[in-house]
Amino acid sequence: MVAEESVRVVRCGGSELNFRRAVFSADSKYIFCVSGDFVKVHSTATEECVHILQGHRNLVTGIQLNPNNHLQLYSCSFDGTIKLWDYIDGILIKTFTVGHKLHALFTLACAEDSVFVIINKEKPDVFQLFSVKLPKSSSRETEAKELYLVLDYINQSPKCVAFGNEGEYVAAVRDFYLSVYFFKKKTTSRFTLSSSKNKKHAKNNFTCVACHPKEDCIATGHKDGKIRLWRNFDDGKKYTYTCLHWHHDMVMDLAFSVTGTSLLSGGRESVLVEWRDATEKKKEFLPRLGATIEHISVSPAGDLFCTSHSDNKIIIIHRNLEASAVIQGLVKDSNIFTGLMIDPRTKALVLNGKPGHLQFYSLQHDKQLYNLDIIQQEYINDDGLIQIELTKAAFDCCGNWLATVEQRQEKETELELQMKLWMYNKKTQGFVLNTKINMPHEDHITALCFCNAEKFENPTLVTASKDGHFKVWILTDDSDIYKKAVGWTCDFVGSYHKYQATNCCFSEDGSLLAVSFEEIVTIWDSETWELKCTFCQRAGNIRHLCFGRLTCSKYLLGATENGILCCWNLLSCALEWSAKLTIRVMEPDPRSENIAAVSQSSAGSDLFVFKPSEPRPLYIQKNISREEVQWGVFVPRDVPESFTSEAYQWLNRSQFYFLTKSQSLLTFSTKSPEEKLTPTSKQLLAEESLPTTPFYFILGKHRQHQDKKINEALESELVQLPLTENIPAISELLHTPAHVLPSASFLCSKFVNSLLLSKETKSGEEILEDVDMEEEKESGDDSDEERDFTEKTQDTNDTDLGEDIIHQLSKSEEKELRKFRKVDYSWITVL
Amino acid sequence: MAGYKPAAIQTYPVLGEKITQDTLYWNNYKTPVQIKEFGAVSKVDFSPQPPYNYAVTASSRIHIYGRYSQEPIKTFSRFKDTAYCATFRQDGRLLVAGSEDGGVQLFDISGRAPLRQFEGHTKAVHTVDFTADKYHVVSGADDYTVKLWDIPNSKEILTFKEHSDYVRCGCASKLNPDLFVTGSYDHTVKMFDARTNKSVISVEHGQPVESVLLFPSGSLLASAGGRYLKIWDMLKGGQLLVSLKNHHKTVTCLYLSSSGQRLLSGSLDRKVKVYSTTSYKVVHSFDYAASILSLALAHEDETIVVGMTNGILSVKHRKSEAKKDSLPRRRRPAYRTFIKGKNYMKQRDDILINRPSKKHLELYDRDLKNFRVSKALDRVLEPSCTIKTPEITVSIIKELNRRGVLANALAGRDEKEISRVLNFLIRNLSQPRFAPVLINAAEIIIDIYLPVIGQSPVVDKKFLLLQGLVEKEIDYQRELLETLGMMDMLFATMTRKESTSVLQHTSDGFLENKKMES
Repeated sequence: MVAEESVRVVRCGGSELNFRRAVFSADSKYIFCVSGDFVKVHSTATEECVHILQGHRNLVTGIQLNPNNHLQLYSCSFDGTIKLWDYIDGILIKTFTVGHKLHALFTLACAEDSVFVIINKEKPDVFQLFSVKLPKSSSRETEAKELYLVLDYINQSPKCVAFGNEGEYVAAVRDFYLSVYFFKKKTTSRFTLSSSKNKKHAKNNFTCVACHPKEDCIATGHKDGKIRLWRNFDDGKKYTYTCLHWHHDMVMDLAFSVTGTSLLSGGRESVLVEWRDATEKKKEFLPRLGATIEHISVSPAGDLFCTSHSDNKIIIIHRNLEASAVIQGLVKDSNIFTGLMIDPRTKALVLNGKPGHLQFYSLQHDKQLYNLDIIQQEYINDDGLIQIELTKAAFDCCGNWLATVEQRQEKETELELQMKLWMYNKKTQGFVLNTKINMPHEDHITALCFCNAEKFENPTLVTASKDGHFKVWILTDDSDIYKKAVGWTCDFVGSYHKYQATNCCFSEDGSLLAVSFEEIVTIWDSETWELKCTFCQRAGNIRHLCFGRLTCSKYLLGATENGILCCWNLLSCALEWSAKLTIRVMEPDPRSENIAAVSQSSAGSDLFVFKPSEPRPLYIQKNISREEVQWGVFVPRDVPESFTSEAYQWLNRSQFYFLTKSQSLLTFSTKSPEEKLTPTSKQLLAEESLPTTPFYFILGKHRQHQDKKINEALESELVQLPLTENIPAISELLHTPAHVLPSASFLCSKFVNSLLLSKETKSGEEILEDVDMEEEKESGDDSDEERDFTEKTQDTNDTDLGEDIIHQLSKSEEKELRKFRKVDYSWITVL
Repeated sequence: MAGYKPAAIQTYPVLGEKITQDTLYWNNYKTPVQIKEFGAVSKVDFSPQPPYNYAVTASSRIHIYGRYSQEPIKTFSRFKDTAYCATFRQDGRLLVAGSEDGGVQLFDISGRAPLRQFEGHTKAVHTVDFTADKYHVVSGADDYTVKLWDIPNSKEILTFKEHSDYVRCGCASKLNPDLFVTGSYDHTVKMFDARTNKSVISVEHGQPVESVLLFPSGSLLASAGGRYLKIWDMLKGGQLLVSLKNHHKTVTCLYLSSSGQRLLSGSLDRKVKVYSTTSYKVVHSFDYAASILSLALAHEDETIVVGMTNGILSVKHRKSEAKKDSLPRRRRPAYRTFIKGKNYMKQRDDILINRPSKKHLELYDRDLKNFRVSKALDRVLEPSCTIKTPEITVSIIKELNRRGVLANALAGRDEKEISRVLNFLIRNLSQPRFAPVLINAAEIIIDIYLPVIGQSPVVDKKFLLLQGLVEKEIDYQRELLETLGMMDMLFATMTRKESTSVLQHTSDGFLENKKMES
């Protein structure tokens, strides 16, 4: 039974992976990225999430490897702490409390006991770079209060600070300044771009900075797409810079390769540019990365790069500019038009994804399943372009059909509208375009819904539009003798006094269609398309409309713009009840009669759960979010929960997810959803799953060989259970050709018996041994001392046990086996 | 990562007949050769053996034509009265024909005088046929009888008197020498077996039967009479399979295409219809100048010959295929260059690197991919593209507009290039489906080239033309709106049952009009 904790609003996955630069582990096997309050550890080979490091109580703002121990990771957060993690096991080692909001974190190999953080102390816009001394103490939580100011008036973004030439200086940029602080001389030089103020349109603001790892060279990126390489900056006067120009828009990030021979840059063009030897001529491109490059990072081993993109994805790129893996989170587009939907097949959350795409996002695994390209046109990433927007989408009840609407409006009169209908193809396991309808309506489509009753063999779709019509589309057989085909055609056009149609909704059994025309709700018979009745409350335009379900199917609910929620009884054609509530989201639960409504007030958003049959809500939660809630959806649970408390029973069969204006996906839970994330088993990461790359063939074999040697060494020490090699009788038996042996059935039982342990030893020691074996497996990753210890203990345990077995076998069974050998071997030796 | 997505080309439904493989096949004939006969052509029959000559029965003559000859290579004219139903034997060496006076005459193809004359019918013999064993002739006559004749000793073997009206059509089975079918004006089709001297199956067609046809397998029977074409399943004892009513006058003749997949029917309504024999749907239809009485297809459907009531014989030959290799073919690489390395077996340590498959892009797409916008526009303004596929040109203009580079692409053109753009606009501006895109383009052109107007008489003329076109269009739209207003008045005065279901007006015109004026 679930403990009756209070239900609270929790964030459920889908946080930004591209908030800060990703960091590679020293061996390039893992990649770390910030993800909301967590740090995620992904395998670079399989893209799988290995660990989620959780412990911060606010947004994680920076991660860096511990330069002294490359198996450890520092992270800093807005909650004012720096945490040290063991990322292989996912264990929190230490917490240092700084006490200020930390905006970024840097580490240096030469500064052993301190890290650098960006803090804003006084004014809201003034950020400073501080060095924090991390006290050496064994306690898990310590306070780090020793702060030394390094640079003042810098940009808060970690992209604008870089340490160079093995920590000799630090460079920071802001607006038109480049400041360099030399640690040895303890001086700061500041360089200003001279042209910055003279020209009006010169957009040469600094955007990012990177330092050469070996030489005194600083690369800075600018808003106009130029990259400047600064040299001789240790002398205030004689500094020089050279320009590299390829980007036509802002340079978003820069990174030098480990050796410093090449410089990587990226921006809005979504092209990764590699500048070899820092010259304009030698450059290589990796185009079509899909979205703006936000960050670039390089693995310490030098074999991998990775780019973080604005569509919440991280691409891992080989040294030879070949994308090898993509880690994709929930794409956060600025405007979600389609709302939240559930794909009936995969139970995935469906919403606007990349421009022109629908994304299918698995809530259980916090992973994007796939993107469906709806618009199917080249995306031109440019300022001021009016893009085609995917505005509406709907699934039918079994997920066979998907309807999407896209529009582009350049001027008042020029509306381009297209409706597409997609059929699920079982063979390819995806949606295939079936029908494309140009200008299905004269004006914007306001609502789209499928008839969900399964008794209708013919799928039916209804669209409502601002042009005052609603249209019924049905699937018709379009096949002739040459091919079989189905297509959608318009079956009926309805209107009501030229009012704009604002919403449409089918009843649960599909027999009635409700269409709202501004203030009026009309009910139509879905068989004959006759107008049955109208409801009008004169309380503003209808914003939401839905039928009750199951036992409440005789009710129709409508929420108006003026803050009235009405419930009509369809049998008596009268208003049942009404309530004053400004409703933003109204969603029926597909598994029960419940309806969730989120209302908006000045204090925040409140949730009401009610049944249409009675105006008293079942459950109220005030202030679920400070922001406006834009969309909500009920997701049916795979395994029903069993909340016994009456207030929470509405959560038993489905879970309510909602999306706020700032694109955070929230839900209600008594426990953190991260607990429920399916843990990726460690086996997935094991060496076997590594791809067979050329490196593997060179190194892997070598390593296997080594492993074998080690294993053999271990075997000789530990003496494991099957000891066939050590018993001469058995080895002889195994090496004798099969045709000279007696039948297997004759040998089998004796052979198997010989492998069993005798009764005396079984009782105590075998169990003990098993435990040891497990221990050994687990402790494999632990520190060295521990391993030594366990091995020793095993030694003492196992050696006598092994001897025992040999002893047993040689006495009891060897004779038997010899007998067979004698019989058959005579003639073989003659040959 | 995602590749380049080609520009979306707006497709429009093709009006008129759908293009299917059948229309392509049946349209692939040359223009018909017309041969004037002396009277209505009642029967055309192809010799089953090469060189596939055909016999044409018209009035009192039988003409034999060669495959491509327009003059008869042989004529049998020794009939006192109208001849009927000249039919070749399976080996193509004998020809049998009936006549108005009740005689049945057998000719040798090489000879002139009849070899045999079968006397016995008292009235006109409208149908004759050879049986499958080649030694017998079946004939049906207006004296309601069907007779079976022996060729070697020119004797009557059997007489069937089961029909109660004129016997006007018949057909012998191709497989069984004893089976044959006749259709009569008494609305029945009867299948006779020479071994039993009575009919084995009789089906009721419902109309006077004009033509019967046994399918090569002998299991299906097609009968035509009145406006109906009916298919009977003979193996189920004459069960009606389908009844087709696609002509609006009497169906007079039937023929099966050489593949057996298509059935053709000719009718007095001057149409030949082609049916699929699996679905019995009309897949194609031909039009002729006069009512059709007879129809035949040559071997491999090489020729369609249709005889009409006005005595004209229309002969259509299939277009000869593959004249393409007239161009000197470029020397291609040898076969072994293509299979080079294909048979290499992968070794254990080998790593297979697949070459990424290259997607074929149209030329304009290649230009668009490389952001050569002016060049892309030039490509689609080529006369070959603007005339044949204006929708591609319009789609590319739309795509350029979407990318925000239409002004760049249109700017900086010389007299020749701009007049090409204007020509396209003049031709297509008034088409409602292109109008929204092209009006936008026209506005941009006017904005760009306004300062240089008056420098080139050619371009100025084009602009004046465009102006006239727009004015005309505005007038036209105004007229349409007036009509619409009148119709609205009419509808408003009519009492309607429901206030809700409103007719959909074509308000495109209205929108367009507004755009024009703006």
